[in-house]
Amino acid sequence: MTRPLAQGLFRRRTWSRLTDLMIFAGALAVFSAALTIGRTWLGPFTPVAELSTSPRALPGYAAYSLARIVIAYALSLAFALVYGYAAARSERAARVLLPLLDILQSIPVLSFLPGVMLAMVALFPRRQMGLELGAILLIFTGQAWNIAFSFYSSLKAIPRELDEAAKIYRFSRWQRFTELELPSAAIGLVWNSMMSVAGGWFFLMACEMFVLGRRDFRLPGLGSYLQTAADAGDTRGILWGLAAMIGVIVLMDQLIWRPVIAWADKFKIEQVESAAGEREQHSTVLALLRRSGVPAALYRKVIAPAGERITLFFARRAGQAPSPRPAARAAGWKMWLGRALAAALVAALGYAALRACLALQQLTSAEILEVGRGAGITFLRVSVALALGAAWAVPAGVAIGSSPRLARIAQPLAQVAASVPATALFPVVLLVLIHAGRGMGLAAIVLMLLGTQWYILFNVIAGAMAIPTDLKEAAGIFRFGRWDRWRKLILPGIFPYLVTGMLTAAGGAWNASIIAEYFHFRGEIRSTPGLGATISRATDAGEFHVLLAATLVMAVIVVTMNRLVWQRLYRLAETRFKLET
Amino acid sequence: MPETNAAEAILEARALEKFFLQPDGGRIEVIAPTDLVVGAGKIIALLGPSGCGKSTLLRMLTGLARPSAGQVLWHGQPLDGQTPNVAIVFQSFALFPWLSVLENVEAPLEARGVAAIERRKRALKILDAVGLDGFETAYPKELSGGMKQRVGFARAVVVEPEVLFMDEPFSALDVLTAETLRGELLELWLDHKIPTRAIFLVTHNIEEAVVLADRIIVLGHNPARIRADFEVGLQHPRERKSERFVELVDHIYKVLTQPTVEHASPGEAKPAGAPVRYPMLPHARPGGIAGLLEILLDRQGRDDLHRLAAELVMEADDLLPIVEAAQILGFLRVQEGDVELTAEGRAFAEADILTRKMLFRQAALTHVPLLRQMECALKAKADRALPDDFFHDVLDEHFTEDEARRQLETAIHWGRYAELFDYDAATGRLVLTET
Repeated sequence: MTRPLAQGLFRRRTWSRLTDLMIFAGALAVFSAALTIGRTWLGPFTPVAELSTSPRALPGYAAYSLARIVIAYALSLAFALVYGYAAARSERAARVLLPLLDILQSIPVLSFLPGVMLAMVALFPRRQMGLELGAILLIFTGQAWNIAFSFYSSLKAIPRELDEAAKIYRFSRWQRFTELELPSAAIGLVWNSMMSVAGGWFFLMACEMFVLGRRDFRLPGLGSYLQTAADAGDTRGILWGLAAMIGVIVLMDQLIWRPVIAWADKFKIEQVESAAGEREQHSTVLALLRRSGVPAALYRKVIAPAGERITLFFARRAGQAPSPRPAARAAGWKMWLGRALAAALVAALGYAALRACLALQQLTSAEILEVGRGAGITFLRVSVALALGAAWAVPAGVAIGSSPRLARIAQPLAQVAASVPATALFPVVLLVLIHAGRGMGLAAIVLMLLGTQWYILFNVIAGAMAIPTDLKEAAGIFRFGRWDRWRKLILPGIFPYLVTGMLTAAGGAWNASIIAEYFHFRGEIRSTPGLGATISRATDAGEFHVLLAATLVMAVIVVTMNRLVWQRLYRLAETRFKLET
Repeated sequence: MPETNAAEAILEARALEKFFLQPDGGRIEVIAPTDLVVGAGKIIALLGPSGCGKSTLLRMLTGLARPSAGQVLWHGQPLDGQTPNVAIVFQSFALFPWLSVLENVEAPLEARGVAAIERRKRALKILDAVGLDGFETAYPKELSGGMKQRVGFARAVVVEPEVLFMDEPFSALDVLTAETLRGELLELWLDHKIPTRAIFLVTHNIEEAVVLADRIIVLGHNPARIRADFEVGLQHPRERKSERFVELVDHIYKVLTQPTVEHASPGEAKPAGAPVRYPMLPHARPGGIAGLLEILLDRQGRDDLHRLAAELVMEADDLLPIVEAAQILGFLRVQEGDVELTAEGRAFAEADILTRKMLFRQAALTHVPLLRQMECALKAKADRALPDDFFHDVLDEHFTEDEARRQLETAIHWGRYAELFDYDAATGRLVLTET
């Protein structure tokens, strides 16, 4: 009777050997790709890269785009950790840093384009590296802010007694960071990273191919491939490019995100095993990786000993330090450094404000009118897109969230659909709409809708799942009619989640307007009046003062809407509509 | 006062005080100037009702929180912001969910720079001692409450602290598990298996304190102040039904229900030199008060407090606020640890629902100044309505923000029961009911 057992063991061992081989092959592929990419980037300056329209070039272009997004993400993560930590540690810093984050989040990616690009080209005048860094930094501006915010919130949400335990047991700063702060932020970081990388794909086209002043820039990559194909009206090219992008995204999802989410389950700050109803995250890739010998060996031989040595180093150093010097002396140099930094910041801001005012003075009344009109029209457009999105996402979300069977089918489908960047679909959408005789106005709303309806849908699903069963039962027993059920149970129940979804969707819609309202298609520029179109047009034409004015107006509108509308609704959601006993 | 050899004192608090400064210069005192000495070789229990500030006191003693005034001396040296060689067992266990049991216990050793092999050895030894052998690789979410607290205990003890602090360690556990763990703690302590010189236990459970402690310090509230500090002379194992045990519990109830000298009711002459404290509403519901009075009626109108608590299986923490509330309303008399119904209390217990409301309303308006104040203020307005923030501001001057909010909630609850006013939570408005 040992034969079936031996066979089972044998099969398992072959599988783990196979996984080992695949890991080695994968590592080798990544290494050689990195080498090739590095060689191009350090090579000669090619402002307008030659793009081949053949589908065979696609894997290469995909690799370039992927590299840019990954590096931008790494930068975003590093930035977020530092920024979030600074804001969480010091109340005074938080008073400046948090509103600043709010404002930065409301500035569309394209508005950073002139500043970033000019800076990079100035730093590396005749090198490809300058352009690449600029593209990477641009992608960074679309990724960094929400991760920073998530890390800050997680730090503030650490349970008080865990914090006290770390203090009383004399954790060094390093041990505190690796064993308390980072793990408690892990889940938030993972989900926000997914959103950020998706945002990277969304804006890829704008970051890889753009016009700055009188110069054209084009970097080899999927984004520029798609935009070139759209410009040329090459339908086949568009479809191939789309397929390549979706392929890469799905691959990343399966190979990276799903295993990471499954692994991050262990960081949930819940003290009890989740109820049977909640599905535990599964990932075949993670299971395979766990069985393979390579990651475990790597951990045991390299990572764990290194981590141990660093932790002990800091622990011993903390132990040897003299008892905390009286408050006066400690504040000494730190206080002066803080003051110096603050002074420098104020000076920089003052200078920037001065330059901005000077630039704004160049505005003609026609341009001011354009900006004003554009703001109004885009505002309407965003509102319509939000209303349409909510109109279909709320009923669908409630239906999916209330029925586990439906959820099992619909959720993975929705997740795949949501991961396709709407900007990549845009040429196809335009084609269809132009055939039907409609214009950019409608297309812009459709694009905004495509990009943001998923936020509303997923949040409503979560909200519908969270409605307690006993409330549903009470509604059933008292024979609530459909209208009553919606009015008294469902809508109040999902209200907090709906607000979160709409808030994120609104921000996304404003940001998407720069592409939705102004697009290079078939050799001509298709645009419709709006603030996003103004920003894109001004970037194209090099009219930086118009760009500045339009950006300011957009930032002001988004931040004001946040304060006046969304935060109020959020507070209402927290007090009146909170579903906890 | 118990004799604690000055040379033996490990931890000493001198004039330790916690207060909050008001913008207008006034002070809200949470902990009155307190002197405390922790010596070696004993289990000391700090006993007091919930919310009285004993956890704050613990945090000041361990260096986690800074006192507003006064000093904490560790072996004669002031603490000044560092953490002394102590450990804390927390009420909510405070285990790191992403670390295994072994990693949780090793973490404090890691923080002290102990090498990996030595760490593992010491951690495994202590896990064995608390009975968790075999669970080293388990994660906290796989463990029951009792096991989690064992891990918390193992973690606290593995660094060999000089004083082991325990902040209501058994409150989050069910009765049976708590009982088991208490027994194990005692066993380990009496067998000298715990490498610590003193245990400082903070609790609100009177029986727990008498079962475990060699010395009990009773803390009053508003503001927190030591009301009693005495030695428990009982031998282990301690019988809960023994005469001396019951006597001690009774004595503690007596101490806790003794009126404080400064608690002058409005209208009475102020005792010379003592500041008059703004009367604090105990957080009890009219339903609870009614229930207590009915039960007393059943027992011919009087009973022993600790016997009542034991039979109702209520902790002092839950029973005392109700008793205090009934006392303020004039329905009860408390004397030497015994409660007795007054004539009004008897009438209340015997009445029907509507009559009760009327009696409650009368008693509230007569004895509760805050409700009287609220009724007057509402009457003074033409539309008979006021926002709740108005009264919140009044309370804010006398209580911390949390306590002010709770006081207002209790007052509104009583006022609604007494049909004094209506309250709309959405708009936050109080409206006088027309009689």
